[in-house]
Amino acid sequence: MLNKLKGRLGRKLATVGLALGLGVSQTSTAAEELRIGFLAPLTGGFAQVGKDMTNGFQLYLDEVGGDFAGAKVKFIVEDDEAKPPVGVRKAEKLALQDKVHMLVGGLLASTGYALAPVSTRLKVLYIASTPAADDLTQRDSAKYPYLMRTGWTSSQPSHPFGEWACEQGYKRVVTIAADFAFGYEVVGGFQKAFESCGGKVIQKIWPPLGTQDFGPFIPTLKKDADAIFTLMAGPMSLQFPKQLANAGNKKPVIGGGTSYDEFTLPAMGDEVIGHVSTLHYSAALDTPKNAAFVKKYREKYGKVPSYYSEGNYTTAQMIHEVLKKTKGKWPGTQKFIEMLSKMKFDAVRGPVHFDDMRNPVQNIYIKKVEKKKMFGYEKDELWNTVIKTYPNVSQFWKYGKTEFLKQPVYSREYPPCKFCE
Amino acid sequence: MSHRGKILTVMVALLALAVATPFAGSYLILLITQALILGILAMSLDILLGFTGLPSLGQAAYLGMGAYLTAILAAHYDFGLGWSFWVVILLGILIGAATAALFGLFAIRATGVYFLMITLALGMCVWGLAYRWNSMTGGDNGINLPARPEFGIQLADGVTYFYVVLGFFVVSLVMLYVLVKSPFGRSLVGIRERELRMRVLGYNTWLHKYIAFIIAGGFGGLAGVLWAHLSGNVSPQVVILATSVDALLMVVLGGPATLVGGAIGAGVVVFLRDYLSTVVPWWQYVLGGVYVLTILYLPGGLMGIPERIRRWRALSGSPEETKKLESGSH
Repeated sequence: MLNKLKGRLGRKLATVGLALGLGVSQTSTAAEELRIGFLAPLTGGFAQVGKDMTNGFQLYLDEVGGDFAGAKVKFIVEDDEAKPPVGVRKAEKLALQDKVHMLVGGLLASTGYALAPVSTRLKVLYIASTPAADDLTQRDSAKYPYLMRTGWTSSQPSHPFGEWACEQGYKRVVTIAADFAFGYEVVGGFQKAFESCGGKVIQKIWPPLGTQDFGPFIPTLKKDADAIFTLMAGPMSLQFPKQLANAGNKKPVIGGGTSYDEFTLPAMGDEVIGHVSTLHYSAALDTPKNAAFVKKYREKYGKVPSYYSEGNYTTAQMIHEVLKKTKGKWPGTQKFIEMLSKMKFDAVRGPVHFDDMRNPVQNIYIKKVEKKKMFGYEKDELWNTVIKTYPNVSQFWKYGKTEFLKQPVYSREYPPCKFCE
Repeated sequence: MSHRGKILTVMVALLALAVATPFAGSYLILLITQALILGILAMSLDILLGFTGLPSLGQAAYLGMGAYLTAILAAHYDFGLGWSFWVVILLGILIGAATAALFGLFAIRATGVYFLMITLALGMCVWGLAYRWNSMTGGDNGINLPARPEFGIQLADGVTYFYVVLGFFVVSLVMLYVLVKSPFGRSLVGIRERELRMRVLGYNTWLHKYIAFIIAGGFGGLAGVLWAHLSGNVSPQVVILATSVDALLMVVLGGPATLVGGAIGAGVVVFLRDYLSTVVPWWQYVLGGVYVLTILYLPGGLMGIPERIRRWRALSGSPEETKKLESGSH
């Protein structure tokens, strides 16, 4: 009788438990479930980039069967529409409703800036796998103790690139770059480095973001420049080289990474062959690790991975490595950041470790667009061949942290165009 | 429904909201807070669109002015994070009103589609300012607010902030209600119906429209201050055309010239966009469908539904009621 009663009671309790299921399961299985909230634009103009980001992360998850050293990964993707206010709301949804252990992603610098305070306010870890806004891990870093960057700062590749431009014997360079914060930071980094090794930026042009017709800008480019530095974003990257070539340009063209990354490269024509750009990743990186990654990614998603894919793949790998050390237990936000910042990684892009402001120190690649066969693919395609590697580049380059942080963040006005004519 | 019945319904609904919200999940509380803030914006637009017949496509400008003012004061001057929050509220209302006073000089002379276009252009000016004035607004990256204000109560707490916003919402609703029921409000409706006749009757219609425009700007500014603290980040995306269009759609969806309609529209849009979008990927079709169906079948918006039902029942029902309805409408 008593047993029967117990059985009945047990069943009743079980039903109640089931009814409360949604609420209860989140806390009771916390030990072995790792909830990762992922933000990427899935609709709108940046949807395809968002797909590259998500695919990168997903590829790693699939490789390990969604299992991080015993922790089952619950991967929740939300659409931030590449709009900061939407990103904030989705991040709040992920943190408050899904109770995720961490937020990962965001694409634009503006989204990164908007998500960082959310991480502080809600005390949730935010891994900026793609947003490159300099100040997140520079002047504002103290405000965002729960932010960790696994990608790059916009000006990080630009510093060595400036030095490289000097080595090529360029003396006078004109810049033409999309008119937004990311553009200022990429150009600013280049200008600072280029001018500190004796070069001169003699003209800076800022076409509005989304410009389709560069007709009004191209003729104004100074004729006596040695090279043209470009930083474009989105469809601008496709239009500009085409129109520049049509205008009969013979000068060398160099530029920021997003002007020629693997996301835009397949859609480009032969006019970009010989253009040189810089980034912390190239799909044409000739290492066994990268060859395997490119093949796997291409087989699954039908395209060559971009740095968006690699960045998020590597981020997943980093999270996994930390959890390996804790044997699948979530160590808590503070401890996780502590552990992650001390670790060294052998990533697809090369060796990566972190500086004390939680930004990666990594290889910067100078890449030249070439048409060739790679990794055993049959067709001739455009690849970003690595022509020079700067190892272990930090966001402060050779300037030293304190010295660097004394200057204001790169902007339309800084560094001032001393040599503009 | 009688006039008094309507007021009672709104009061009961607000009371229910106040009582029930704390028991909702924290994300839902946030969405409700957001809907209330956008509700204030939509109601402010309703003064123009619904009551005066001025379809403004620039209402986001005032929201943006209020939001940027709050963010700039907080981030650059550490102002407005304590008791001074109330000063910022006041300043937000003033800056919204002042902007509207300036824009009104250009906009009020136009009517119809020209009014739409000029308010759109003026709204874009604010966007341009936000995007360009890097040193002040942070340009494309926007500004982050340090934290929500704290003065005895902590607005950082979601429920507390909800009550503060609800308070502002109720005060706004009451003030706007008193406004539209006042002789001034009646004159606005008169302008909407036939401006020429009002002018002939001796009303300075330009001035009436101008004042309505300024009042709407003031409430827009208030919504901006509250919005900035809700979001914690203000970027040019707040001031883009889409925000103005959203506000317009909220009013049309809820029912113009009803005040609460705008708030209901805000609730529906926020729910569909921010809640449904986390559940299903095809939420945009639902939102689009709701808009299209409302415009096709509910010219009076959602607030027109009870009236429609009554009419439908009257037509298919007893002849007595039809008579009642007919005599009532004359």
